[in-house]
Amino acid sequence: MTHPQTALPQHLLSAADLSRDNALLVLDTAEELARVADRPIKKLPTLRGRTVVNLFFEDSTRTRTSFEVAAKRLSADVINFSAKGSSVSKGESLKDTALTLEAMGADAVVCRHGASGAPHRLAHWIRGSVVNAGDGTHEHPTQALLDAFTMRSRLGRLEALRVAIVGDVLHSRVARSNVLLLSTLGAEVTVVAPPTLLPVGVEHWPCAVSYDLDGVLPKSDVVMMLRVQRERMYGGFFPTTREYSRRYGLDARRMATLPDDAIVMHPGPMNRGVEIAAEVADSVRSTIVEQVANGVSVRMAVLYLLLGGAFVSDMAGAGADVA
Amino acid sequence: MRPLGLDATDLFVEDGALVDEAPAGAQVLDADGLVALPGLVDLHTHLREPGREDAETVETGTLAAALGGFTAVHAMANTEPVADVAGVVEQVWRLGLEAGYCDVHPVGAVTVGLAGEQLAELGAMADSAARVRVFSDDGRCVHDPLLMRRALEYVKAFDGVVAQHAQDPRLTEGAQMNEGAQSARLGLAGWPAVAEEAVIARDCLLAAHVGSRVHFCHVSTAGSVEIVRWAKRKGWNVTAEVTPHHLLLTDDLVASYDPVFKVNPPLRSSEDVEALRDALADGTIDAVATDHAPHALEDKETEWAAAAFGMTGLETALSVVAAAMVETGRLDWSGVADRMSVRPARIGRLTAQGQPLLPGAPANLVLLDPAARVVVDPSTSASRSRNTPYAGRELPARVVATFLRGRPTVLDGKPA
Repeated sequence: MTHPQTALPQHLLSAADLSRDNALLVLDTAEELARVADRPIKKLPTLRGRTVVNLFFEDSTRTRTSFEVAAKRLSADVINFSAKGSSVSKGESLKDTALTLEAMGADAVVCRHGASGAPHRLAHWIRGSVVNAGDGTHEHPTQALLDAFTMRSRLGRLEALRVAIVGDVLHSRVARSNVLLLSTLGAEVTVVAPPTLLPVGVEHWPCAVSYDLDGVLPKSDVVMMLRVQRERMYGGFFPTTREYSRRYGLDARRMATLPDDAIVMHPGPMNRGVEIAAEVADSVRSTIVEQVANGVSVRMAVLYLLLGGAFVSDMAGAGADVA
Repeated sequence: MRPLGLDATDLFVEDGALVDEAPAGAQVLDADGLVALPGLVDLHTHLREPGREDAETVETGTLAAALGGFTAVHAMANTEPVADVAGVVEQVWRLGLEAGYCDVHPVGAVTVGLAGEQLAELGAMADSAARVRVFSDDGRCVHDPLLMRRALEYVKAFDGVVAQHAQDPRLTEGAQMNEGAQSARLGLAGWPAVAEEAVIARDCLLAAHVGSRVHFCHVSTAGSVEIVRWAKRKGWNVTAEVTPHHLLLTDDLVASYDPVFKVNPPLRSSEDVEALRDALADGTIDAVATDHAPHALEDKETEWAAAAFGMTGLETALSVVAAAMVETGRLDWSGVADRMSVRPARIGRLTAQGQPLLPGAPANLVLLDPAARVVVDPSTSASRSRNTPYAGRELPARVVATFLRGRPTVLDGKPA
């Protein structure tokens, strides 16, 4: 590996926690670890004896499963602690849940919560590492890492890459983390949305802002479509779903205005026919399935670097042959 | 001592009042180097009793008030049950008398159950033993314009005042913090300044139209200041208060997601803080009011969105005002006395509080050491709650003694 010893911070709460070197270290490590998935036995002994807790206060089968697969491929013990059917649904506080996990000796807690900042609070109460797996309308840093990984593997670079993030920026943790991470990595980000779905204060973000999707597309190497949540459709943020789709949806006609090698991304789950047309989602430009696969590699890298701290090349000594 | 921070002199107290010469056999208190102010008057205190005695009681809250230099507090109506009938306000008033640390003036709810639908029996509360003159649905805004108009008109019969918690409910649905650069970054639902300012503008116009007086609780934005300044220039009978925390703290603190900084109205920008300080200095804002809002630990040790709004403030108010206003040269001690005692007493129609330190006046006074510096330690608070935003912060000035009608409630910074 060519990186200096850039240790990750103890927790991964925000994409802003990562320096450029940190972020590249995660991406490079993920690249090495991705090769494990190509082997008949997809498991490394690196985190044997370590405990990773998936603490999910919101349903999210994809993200939880992705973290679970990642931890298991590193031989960690994985505990899935979901809010439904546990003491949390009986009114247990976040603090008591944290103290319980602490007593069980969790080395890492992967937290998904409906309240912005909940993982920050959790990090005050436990000694292990906290990984933010999506908090309210705040951030989702591993999603941004897997998106950056996907862009780099498809297009070969991140520096000066022109990325359009389109849709409900106001409520999107994916957008917040991507804007922060991509700007750290030298990409040029434009967020595109109707004004009602942009936060007051967006002018302070390290990105450009546009209301005009058609004007932005011809100048984009990457288009990332955000999911329109059902409650926004009825929250008065835009007049009708059809109007939203006409103005901000990515259909085949709009896709044709993109530069030749541009890619289309979506964090999933998609509303086909609303923010993205079926023929776009299934086109060769679409990276949506790759994003899922890359999610596992990136999360392996995050857990590995937070808990193991060593570099991939050291894993040869642990009996692994990935480098 | 130096009354109002002016020339050193002695003060003499006999039978609960200031007199012009030392009574025979008087007890002597060495107050050399201290500043004497009329006892502080808080227009906005949550004592939580009845209903949330786990967070505060009249006794613990008024002791905290005395330690902060207060000789009178206005106890907000959002108790359980709500202080919307004569029986509840009289109960709170009696609990205050029994505790004996400072005068407790209950605030009556404007509407039944704070529900914003029907006027409470304001006259009965005014005529009760508690003699209520300030009415507020604090925590909720009287947002129905017609109901607000009626309330403003009705209280004229007994020289009452409606203290409006200005917050448009629709513009603040789910709101968690000041709307701006920080809320955009932190992903917390924004609380726009306009939600406060629009209600203040409307109520200034309403008060002018019906010839009533109106008071605005805890104004927090530069825009609110401009509107109040405009209304006062018109000669309208408008008064406003600001909290100590809005004079010192900004929304940058929310980045920790520590709910000790969660408060209603929310902490604002540094530009707002500057405007509030200037407005308090030039008298556009009449009074400092603590909005002391104690909360049980479990209501604050949570994720941000689940936490209760509010901060304690009685014991730190004078020090925070010293930091924000005196140390910055915006107010002298006489100005502090005006904004923390004289004017709030006048707004609440309290005739025995906020009087000049002259013979004949009731001996309600506070002695403070202007040179002292204190590090705030929540564990030593007399309040039953610990949700102070100043933990670990060093602040100027210390309350040394408080006298309520000549009787010490605090001596040497401790309960007397």
